[in-house]
Amino acid sequence: MRIIPFLISTIATTGLVFVLNTPLPVGNSKTPRLGYFLSPQQGFWQNAEASNTSFSGDVKLEGLKGKVDVFMDERLVPHIYAQTDLDAYYVQGFIHAKFRLWQMEFQTYVAAGRLSEIAGPERLNIDLFFRRLGMVYGAEQTMQRMEKDREMQATVDAYTEGVNAYIKSLKPEQIPLEYKLMDYKPEQWTPLKTYLFLMYMSYDLTGSGAKQDLKMSNAKNFLGYDAFDQLFPNVQDSLDPIIPKGTVYTKPSIIPVAPKDIDSPYLNKTSISNSVEGPITPNRNNGSNNWAVSGSKTASGRPILCNDPHLGLNLPSLWYEIQINTPTHNTYGASFPGSPAVIIGFNDSIAWGVTNAGRDVLDYYEVQFKDTSMQEYWFNGEWRKAQLRLETIKVKGKPDINEYIAMTEMGPVMYDRHYKSDSSHPQYLAVKWTANQAGSGLKTFYKLNRAKNISDYQSAIADWSCPGQNFAFASKSGHIAIKQQGSFVARWKRQGDFIMPGIDSTYQWQGIIPESENPMVIDPQRGWVSSANQKSTDSTYPYYLGISHNFPVYRGVIINKRLSVMNGITPMDMQFLQNENYDVFAEMARPVLLKNIDDSKLTTSEKKYVDILREWNFRNEVTAQGATVFNAIWDSLEQVVWKDDFQKAKSPMPWPDGSTLLDNLLKNNQYRFADNINTTNKIETVEDDVMEAVKKAAVYLEELEKDKKLDWGIIKDTRVSHLLQLPALSRLHLPIGGGKNCVNATTTAHGPSWRMIVHMTDETDAYGVYPGGQSGNPGSKFYDNFIDSWVAGKYFKLLFLSKENATKNEKIKWHMTFTNG
Amino acid sequence: MKFTTAVFLTAFLAFSIGLFTILPWWSFVITSFLVAMGIHQNVGKAFLSGFLGLFLLWAFLALVKDFANEHILSIKVAKILPLGGSYWVLILVTGLIGGLVSGLAAISGSTARKK
Repeated sequence: MRIIPFLISTIATTGLVFVLNTPLPVGNSKTPRLGYFLSPQQGFWQNAEASNTSFSGDVKLEGLKGKVDVFMDERLVPHIYAQTDLDAYYVQGFIHAKFRLWQMEFQTYVAAGRLSEIAGPERLNIDLFFRRLGMVYGAEQTMQRMEKDREMQATVDAYTEGVNAYIKSLKPEQIPLEYKLMDYKPEQWTPLKTYLFLMYMSYDLTGSGAKQDLKMSNAKNFLGYDAFDQLFPNVQDSLDPIIPKGTVYTKPSIIPVAPKDIDSPYLNKTSISNSVEGPITPNRNNGSNNWAVSGSKTASGRPILCNDPHLGLNLPSLWYEIQINTPTHNTYGASFPGSPAVIIGFNDSIAWGVTNAGRDVLDYYEVQFKDTSMQEYWFNGEWRKAQLRLETIKVKGKPDINEYIAMTEMGPVMYDRHYKSDSSHPQYLAVKWTANQAGSGLKTFYKLNRAKNISDYQSAIADWSCPGQNFAFASKSGHIAIKQQGSFVARWKRQGDFIMPGIDSTYQWQGIIPESENPMVIDPQRGWVSSANQKSTDSTYPYYLGISHNFPVYRGVIINKRLSVMNGITPMDMQFLQNENYDVFAEMARPVLLKNIDDSKLTTSEKKYVDILREWNFRNEVTAQGATVFNAIWDSLEQVVWKDDFQKAKSPMPWPDGSTLLDNLLKNNQYRFADNINTTNKIETVEDDVMEAVKKAAVYLEELEKDKKLDWGIIKDTRVSHLLQLPALSRLHLPIGGGKNCVNATTTAHGPSWRMIVHMTDETDAYGVYPGGQSGNPGSKFYDNFIDSWVAGKYFKLLFLSKENATKNEKIKWHMTFTNG
Repeated sequence: MKFTTAVFLTAFLAFSIGLFTILPWWSFVITSFLVAMGIHQNVGKAFLSGFLGLFLLWAFLALVKDFANEHILSIKVAKILPLGGSYWVLILVTGLIGGLVSGLAAISGSTARKK
């Protein structure tokens, strides 16, 4: 033995193995363990799915009652045929995990405030935010309630078993790519994870209040209530509500009473509250379109239902298509990996779709504690005990962090001395949020999956509490309907728009609006129902709907305008309508701009852009330069009008909505806020502001033109990003039109996440597409194969098959069988 | 002859032990070590046969996976790592990493042997 060479080479080998077995820091992130990651028998090469992979096979699952057949079609959509419901959900869990395991688990890590556990201390802010908001607490509340409902408990348990059966069957080298990238392993699924996921959806759709109430409080304090009320009014001139204007509402059963002292401490309170920025804020454009037309307006004489929920565009997609067939129901649609049943879809009798209600269901109360130990708080003239809830956050490579959250009757105290909303003085803010209170979880969707008629639909959604949704409905028997359902607080005007005092009952919620008084319309005279996140009713509805800022106006206007003149409608017409790029906001705003532009005061270059604007046809097409010019001028105008008024504000606050500015400009040319308060010798008019905006925008537009970025599709630059924001796993620079005020509400990272059209003919005629693919594996050709169709506005005909037809349909490519064993 | 045998034995044993995916990815260090100890060659040749055994094995396995996959994943991974999005470079790097570890282990095996 040659000792020295032996030692040297052994040390070198060990050293190299060590380095290749350690995640190395590169910039802000870390590499995977390179030796492991590159190993063809263990690492990422194992995730390179052969393009001719067969998905057929026989799977033995412990605890299945009977045989389950799953037919996979050419788009990799599973069609599950089971003899019992529980077998079907068992297999749904297995299939979700087989194709989407990493995503399912990752989403629950986010919801549960556990990102630091896998991603390290950089993500601690997000974790703290979600823990303190009560995400885990809320999921626990719903789970406890659902465990008393044996049917739902059995459903979630069967689904959980299915996920775990798949995880158990996984060989180490078969775990999804992202686990290998981030170097961790899948853990057991639990029913709590399903509820955590649903809690995340509640956050995404109603959680904007978590920041908004603080910002609105800042704005109200900064501006004073009167100016605030003008800038954030409760009126929208263009509103075309979900429930047709003129509908007569019954007398309210709850008449909320505003506190007597509301003017002094609440509306005009002057103390400054500085809000912490939430690390993940739900997109304000989280919204959706849905509508249903009755047979009187269609070519076939049968209703057509359409839905396109607008959410963050991600890969793997939030949605997963599936058909579930059992003796109790036969249902097709988009499901959530992480949850049993179909969420948006149709069955042999009915179809349903959802949009976000946007109602404010999250409020802050300022709590007075006896001392900093937060054990007792003052309420209704006495000291009450607060429980301290411990949340332990594990941090990769660091010691655990223990968070103590005081729990009051109003809810968890999100902000305290330790987690501050304010840099100057401590403020204790409790969050009262309907999502934190036990909800009915999945029961609504479970029942919709089985609904046969309009009364089943009504009973299915009656219990739905959070997030509040507009449930559109159509049936083969010819009915259409829409209802805004959720646990909505019966509020007095402006209740909960700002932080409220939490020392007694006067500012507390005085009741939840009875389900029967929620806005609803069945088979309206006009022959269609629709919603696009606008206010659900006109001002004759007896309850306060919340600050108008929550409700976009213009998509609802254009949808109703189009539907009102459409007749003899076919599914193809509906495809065009869902992809409509017409910008009705621009149509209303351009005349105001042009009226105030004096061409003689423009340079040639400025004039050129104004001409582009003049000639534009209001369509936000990919190549439309007019859309780019319009948005640049409008954005500059907002800057010119608001910047001077808000620049002295030290705390974060929103600017007024585009609709508020437009409504005021349409009404008068002497708009008070047009004046630049920094110029003392002059009072600027709207014309001054518009001219300044055009000049500012022209500078920016020249830059764009130099870079050849003047086309709307290029500047909008739509992308579908991987959940880890890795560009290589994302689809970037997609050539798609649209915008936030178009029916095709596609913006940069946000848009129609599932387009569905269901024609209620005897043999259901349905179409759908989502920007993703059925496989969550970036190494599969099914990872993003729908994206190009989605971009082009094309749809797939959805295969809705009886079992006999499934065995012989030419589009069925693979057959999996599941048996007990 | 010895050299070729060593190369193929290194590759074969590394592949075999690699089938046990609960073992760490570097388990071939042991087999490469043993092959170099068993088949006596000078240090240079031992390194080269150890290197080639794993280089060929890993590059070949990667290549098979990659062509069946039509480069869908390799192009993405070659952007993450970053290797300019080239699947050829990624296959090469895969082979080099395996080869280097195995070659060093083979030197140890060769020098561990009594003269």
